Amino acid sequence: MKLRDYIDKIKPNFEKGGKFEKLHSTFEAFETFAYTPNTITKKGSHIRDAVDLKRTMIIVVIALLPALLFGMWNIGHQTSISYGLDFGFWQSFWFGFLRMLPLIVVSYVVGLFIEFMFAQIRGHEVNEGFLVSGLIIPMIVPVTTPLWQLALAVAFAVIIGKEVFGGTGMNFLNPALVARAFLFFSYPTHMSGDSVWISKPFHYAGDAVTGATPLGELMAGHSTSASALDMLIGTIPGSTCETSVIAILIGACILLVTGIASWRTMLSIAIGGGIIGLLFNAIGANDYMSVPFYYHYLMGGFAFGCVFMATDPVTSAQTNCGKWIYGFLIGAFAVLIRVVNPAYPEGMMLAILLMNCFAPLIDHCVVKANINRRNKRALKAA
Amino acid sequence: MSKNTKLITNPLGKNNPITVQVLGICSCLAVTAQLKPAFVMALSVTVVVALSNLIISFLRNTIPPRIRIIVQLVVVSALVILVNQVLQAFVYDVSKQLSVYVGLIITNCIVMGRLEAFAMSNKPWASLCDGIGNGLGYGIILIILGFVRELFGSGTLWGYPIMEKLGLYNIGYENNGLVIMAPMALILVGIIIWIQRSSNKELQEK
Repeated sequence: MKLRDYIDKIKPNFEKGGKFEKLHSTFEAFETFAYTPNTITKKGSHIRDAVDLKRTMIIVVIALLPALLFGMWNIGHQTSISYGLDFGFWQSFWFGFLRMLPLIVVSYVVGLFIEFMFAQIRGHEVNEGFLVSGLIIPMIVPVTTPLWQLALAVAFAVIIGKEVFGGTGMNFLNPALVARAFLFFSYPTHMSGDSVWISKPFHYAGDAVTGATPLGELMAGHSTSASALDMLIGTIPGSTCETSVIAILIGACILLVTGIASWRTMLSIAIGGGIIGLLFNAIGANDYMSVPFYYHYLMGGFAFGCVFMATDPVTSAQTNCGKWIYGFLIGAFAVLIRVVNPAYPEGMMLAILLMNCFAPLIDHCVVKANINRRNKRALKAA
Repeated sequence: MSKNTKLITNPLGKNNPITVQVLGICSCLAVTAQLKPAFVMALSVTVVVALSNLIISFLRNTIPPRIRIIVQLVVVSALVILVNQVLQAFVYDVSKQLSVYVGLIITNCIVMGRLEAFAMSNKPWASLCDGIGNGLGYGIILIILGFVRELFGSGTLWGYPIMEKLGLYNIGYENNGLVIMAPMALILVGIIIWIQRSSNKELQEK
C-alpha cells in the first residue's frame, strides 16, 4: 500500500492551515479517485449505496469502451477504403487511435482544467461528472474536427452548460450535447456535409476524398448506399464512435445490468421513434418518409443518444412515468426533425436538448398529478 | 456627486436597464450582430428616451391619469417617427438593417418604464438626465454586444476586416456562426450580468 501511505503523508499539507490549503479540492479529487472515501454522513437520515458518483461514472466509461474501440478501428477502416489503402485490422485500429487520441486529450485537458479551476475558486470538491462528458464529446464529433474548435466547445459546455448552474448535478442540459450543439451551430462546415467524416492518411497532400453518411445521403434525396447490416455493424462514415449499433448495445447491456441507466427511457425512445417512423411509412409522401422505420435506429446518433445521452441521470426526467413521456418525445422528435426539417440532417441532438429543457416540467406535472390523485382518494375515504 | 449627475451615471452601472432591470432584451438581441447598427440603435433609443422623458415631464401635471399611457404613446411614437425619418435620410443602409426594430422602439420597455417611473413625477431637467442616463446604459451594453458579436461572428469591426488583416484566417481561424445568432447574444448578456454581479456585492440576491 505504498500509494495509500504516500497520500496519508502529504494529506496534512492540504488541510486547513496546511501549506497548500488552497489546493484542497484538487488533492481531494485525486485521493477519492484512487480510493473510496471513508468519510460518512454525520447528521440527518441518509441511505448510502455501495457505489458513489465516481464509481458510477467509471462504469459508464467502461460501457463506452466497446463503441470507442470500434470507432477507432472504423476511422482507420474508412480511410483505408476511401483512399484505396490496404490497412490490416491492427493498422486500421492504430490509425484511428492516433486520430482519436488528440481529440480525447484536448477534451479532458480543457474540461478538467476548467472544472478544477471552478472547484478551487468556489471551494467545493471537484465533481467527477466530466469523466464521462469528456470522453463522450470526442466520440460524437467528426474525426476531422479542428482541435481548437473542440477546445472552445468543451470550454463553452463546461462553463455555460454546467458551471453557471452550480456544477455537476445542477445542469439542465447534457454538457456533451451542449458542446456538440455549439460546434454544430458555430462551425457548420466542419460538422456536416460530405467531406468531414473521413480522415486523411498521414502525409497525404492530395484532395480529400468525400464520403456521405446515410443521413446525409437521405437528406440529399438519394437512398442510402450502406445496407442495414453495414449500419448495424457500423462500417459506415459518421461521427467518430457512434456508427456501430452493436457496440453501443453492448454498452447498453452494461448500463442496464448495473442499473445505472434507465430501461424506461431507452425503451420509450425506441417506441417513440418507431411509431413516428411507421407513421411516415404509412404516409409515404416522399422518398425519405418511405425509408423503413428501423433504419432510424441504425442511422446517425439515434442509438448512441438513446443509450448514453438521453439517460443521463441529471438531465433526464426523474419520475418513472416522466421517463416514459420524456423518452417517447425524444424518439418522436428525433425522427420528426430528420424527416421533415430541411436544415438539419440529424435530429437526435436537438431532440434530446429540447426534452432536457422540458424534463423538469414533465416531472412537475407527474408529481402534481400524483398528489391530486391521492388527495381525491383521501377525500373519498373520509 | 450632484443628484443630476447620479441620474446619468447610475444606469450605466448598478442600475443598468438591461443587466439589472432586465428590460429591452428583445431589441438588444436583434440588432447587435454588428457594431454599426448597434451604435445607431443605441443613439436612437437615447434620443427617444431623453426627449420623451423631457416632454412628458413638462406635460405631467396636465395629463389626466386615466389616459396617461395613451398620451405617453403618442409622444413616443411621434419621436420614433422622427428618428426613423432621420435615419432613412442620412444612414439609409443601417436603417434598412434595423428594419422594424426602429419602429419597435415605441414598445421598448425602457422608454415606457422611464416615463411611468420617473418622468411622471419629476421635474424636466432631472427627467432629461434620467432619460440620457438610461439611454446610455442601454447603449453601452448594445455596443459591448455588437463589438464582441461582430468581432467573433464576422471577423470585422465597423465593417473593417480586422481578423483578415491580422492574418488569423491563414493559421486556421474561423468565424463563429453561433455568435451571429440571437441565442448567443442572450448568453453574452448573461455573462455580462454574471461578471457585474460577482464584482458588485450590492446586486447579489441573498
